[in-house]
Amino acid sequence: MSPTAKSLAVAGSLAAALAAQSAAPARAEGAQEKCFGVALAGQNDCAGGAGTTCAGTSKVDYQGNEWKLVPAGTCTTMKLPEGRVGSLTPLDRDLPKG
Amino acid sequence: MTPQGQFRAALLDPDLPVPSGLTGPAGRPARRRFDIYRNNVTASLTEALRQSFPVVRALVGEEFFIALAIAHLRAYPPASPLLMFYGQDMPAFLESFPAARALGYLPDVARLELALRQSYHAADADALDPDRLRALAPETFLAARLRLAPAVRLLRSDWPVLSIWRANMRGAAPPRDRTAEDILITRTEFDPEPQLLPPGAASFLTALIGGATVGTALDHAGAFDLTATLSLLLADGAITDLITD
Repeated sequence: MSPTAKSLAVAGSLAAALAAQSAAPARAEGAQEKCFGVALAGQNDCAGGAGTTCAGTSKVDYQGNEWKLVPAGTCTTMKLPEGRVGSLTPLDRDLPKG
Repeated sequence: MTPQGQFRAALLDPDLPVPSGLTGPAGRPARRRFDIYRNNVTASLTEALRQSFPVVRALVGEEFFIALAIAHLRAYPPASPLLMFYGQDMPAFLESFPAARALGYLPDVARLELALRQSYHAADADALDPDRLRALAPETFLAARLRLAPAVRLLRSDWPVLSIWRANMRGAAPPRDRTAEDILITRTEFDPEPQLLPPGAASFLTALIGGATVGTALDHAGAFDLTATLSLLLADGAITDLITD
């Protein structure tokens, strides 16, 4: 692209992007606020991770675990070519339906 | 081994004996007390990883994840006292973990979850006033460098990692094809949000983040949707400054 063509392309993109902003100032100041107790199950974001206010404590004894497991979550419902994820060794429990 | 080294090694390996010199009130070795402490270390770090990687957990299931977390925390104990950043080594761990090898996308899912957490804890920054861009001649814009917000993170994956994340966190339909996805994390206020980048935009953004001028960054990138990319950056306040020297 020649310098002039590049300038023109960039000017057009910048103008269009700026126009899109003024047309839709969707995210007003203060639009987000922390809201507890309203999240659906499995969707409550604990984006801060452990050690922050959404962290809990645990008293469970995990120490006796031995490694004899295969993945049993939603990975088995996903169909990805090459990943062979639909054909993991199935467990006889917690199998996703369908 | 120093007493501290012995103590630390025994904390992470339940097969090791109680470190010497630990005694209870009656003067006997404090085996049960140490076992309680050792257990709490494992339980609390496992819980930290559970909270930090909800999508990895959903993908492999709770039981698998807990066993995985314990193998991880023994291989990679915390290197920093900041528990909120624990798990930096999870992608590398997953790549080398035989039981998870069939799930090729798992390390990148962990990378996305880590990046979201880093974004959450990154410093606040005010977005650039769009009027500064409006007033700009195209040549000035091409010669300028853009500073992006500290909370911005870029992730490129050979897998549909954002679609996998959305399927597990937002109830979206699982991806049907193995398509590469480039992801930009922005944080308008409190919560980081991963967004899908137009194809090719990641090369441009990588160069920008590396300090290249807009013009140089465009030269690094192939054809991509610049308008959509700039719109995304502007809408989410991802540009914090414009440097024209």
